[in-house]
Amino acid sequence: MNNRVVVIGAGVAGMTTAGALADLGLEVILLEKKSETGGHVKNWDRLFPSRRPGSEVMDFLSNGLNARVDARCGISVNSIERRDGLFTIGLEDNQAISANSLVLATGYDLFDAHKKEEYGYGIYDNVITSAELEAIFKSGQKITTHDGKTPQRIGIIHCVGSRDEKVGNLYCSKVCCVTGVKQAIEIREMLPECEVFNFYMDLRMYDRNFEELYYEAQQKWGVNFIRGRLSECAENPDHSLVLKTEDTLTGRPLKMKVDMLVLMVGFVASKETRLIANMLGLASGADGFLLSADEHVQDNSTAIPGVFLAGAIKGPACIVNTMADARATALQVKTYLESQL
Amino acid sequence: MKIEGKRNIWKDYQKEIASDRFFYVRSCVRQNFFPGSEKTFLRIMKDELHKDVFENAAHTTCSGIGYHSDVVPFETAMTMVARQFSIMTESGYENFTTSCITSFGLYSEILETWHHFPEVEERVRQHLLKATGRTFNKPANLSHASDVFFKFRKEIVAAGKYKLVNKHTGKPLQVVEHIGCHYSKMFPGKGVGGAEYPYVLVGMIVDWGGEVIDYPERRHCCGFGFRQYLVQANRGYSIACSKKKFDSMAPYKPDFILTNCPGCPMFLDRWQYAISEMEGITYGENGLGIPVLTYEELAGMILGYDPWDLGLQVHQVPVEPLLDKIGIPYDSQRKFLTMDGKTIGQPKSPSYLKFYQHE
Repeated sequence: MNNRVVVIGAGVAGMTTAGALADLGLEVILLEKKSETGGHVKNWDRLFPSRRPGSEVMDFLSNGLNARVDARCGISVNSIERRDGLFTIGLEDNQAISANSLVLATGYDLFDAHKKEEYGYGIYDNVITSAELEAIFKSGQKITTHDGKTPQRIGIIHCVGSRDEKVGNLYCSKVCCVTGVKQAIEIREMLPECEVFNFYMDLRMYDRNFEELYYEAQQKWGVNFIRGRLSECAENPDHSLVLKTEDTLTGRPLKMKVDMLVLMVGFVASKETRLIANMLGLASGADGFLLSADEHVQDNSTAIPGVFLAGAIKGPACIVNTMADARATALQVKTYLESQL
Repeated sequence: MKIEGKRNIWKDYQKEIASDRFFYVRSCVRQNFFPGSEKTFLRIMKDELHKDVFENAAHTTCSGIGYHSDVVPFETAMTMVARQFSIMTESGYENFTTSCITSFGLYSEILETWHHFPEVEERVRQHLLKATGRTFNKPANLSHASDVFFKFRKEIVAAGKYKLVNKHTGKPLQVVEHIGCHYSKMFPGKGVGGAEYPYVLVGMIVDWGGEVIDYPERRHCCGFGFRQYLVQANRGYSIACSKKKFDSMAPYKPDFILTNCPGCPMFLDRWQYAISEMEGITYGENGLGIPVLTYEELAGMILGYDPWDLGLQVHQVPVEPLLDKIGIPYDSQRKFLTMDGKTIGQPKSPSYLKFYQHE
């Protein structure tokens, strides 16, 4: 055995890496803790910026897991040892797998919105997260308030758990701005009578067609954008919500009633990432995401020969960048294994 | 509203509160505003809970009121606080308990500053030594007096005669709780329950039989806000803040408001009169106001103390409707008499805010 690679994590990064490694002729074992592959994206109805169905990307990734990829779901990694350049991965069922190289693709968790206590998530019935709104879209059901009414006004709060010193996350999660714009359009599409207000610090429309989507949201769909962070949310007797914020463009405090509030939750390093980093002794940055061997020139490698990183394990990333990164990782693995022959 | 969500947050903000041997420091203003409250705290601590509570006559203002009004510099405030710690140390105590929320906030801020900047603590020690020859130990435990009643809330109700239940309907009283801004908004970890959904008064209300109202302007300032009131030109802002709160809580028909700060009960009580004179608006039932209590007054009521011994006769909004709802007896004829039977005078009847006629 000299060409076996174990990929831990079967989200976008893990699936892309596994498929690419298999295409390069390597034997691949893909381990996923959850019961199925697909990571967060399998829960997403439509994807920014084009609003294509997320299932199309999922199908592409699943088709890439050809016969050379041994995908095993519903199993956790308990231990990882490295001896004489060979890795032994101990699984929760007490089995062990040997591998010549290891790709870590354990991605991210969504920020726990309970931590922004003042926003009332988990306390007020009509405060939900972007992931929960996406689940509503995916279910095909209409958006309703907790007591089954059609909302007349929905607020969307950007940067929940991102760029926020109070919760210890100074970094930008990159995908929430455009997700907020996408979901605002989709609300207006589903409920044309419902007003939508996006509260933002900056709108970081950095990638191709993002800015166009932002314009479309305003010009075609009439989405309102207010530059100001939410200071607090409270509940009215009828379970509608009172938002207090500041419109920083007019320099005036703003108090507004909405029927629902959607929190654009950002990325945090996943629990699995932290566990596996501890097993291997890999370093993470102040943001909790793992550090690569060199942030510019060896971004897919780690300080441990044979251990590679792919995707959002290194920080927030969109699907396009994650897939490109994962393919680069696959090439790095191939080069490494050839160097060991 | 999901109460379980609040319980999960409360779990994250537990606080160590000493169980005995308290060095108690009074507020600069509370004895004027609500003269029975601090006395009632000491009475309950000593007579009901049998705790060692010590006061030292050398204690002065902590200067917090000046600090938060931008007239006392932080360096001065720190040195004055160091002197209070010195008095505690020489008295042989190490559990520091403040009557005032702003004092509690200032003590918390200074201890936190010294924790992160030991060189500042050392400089203050030098200042105090040069000025007074004093040295000091920092408190082993810092609590606000409402923390202490929160800790002993079950003992208080066990010894009590009354619960927060409407005797006519058998239903729990509906209570607005208002926390002083300087309790936990600056340091959420220093307050029971944190800053966003503080539990310190909620715990007393619920364990004493009442229910808490969560209304939209729950977190808003009472209206005191120091410079909002102390700068005369700003007083319109002060009363506007209070009005905003009353307008927000009124639809929930609160039976009373419970507070843990010197300024909050003063402004929530007195401004109800001022708003009624200015706007003709009253917020209680049938032209009455919403009674405003300190937690010591409420504990005294639960324990069956004479309402006039608690100082309830100096409230602007009459408290008798609440006493009647709970079933606490009182002698209307004694309301405006001193303890030795002299009359203290009776206020004129306001234009709109009704005086209560005993049922």
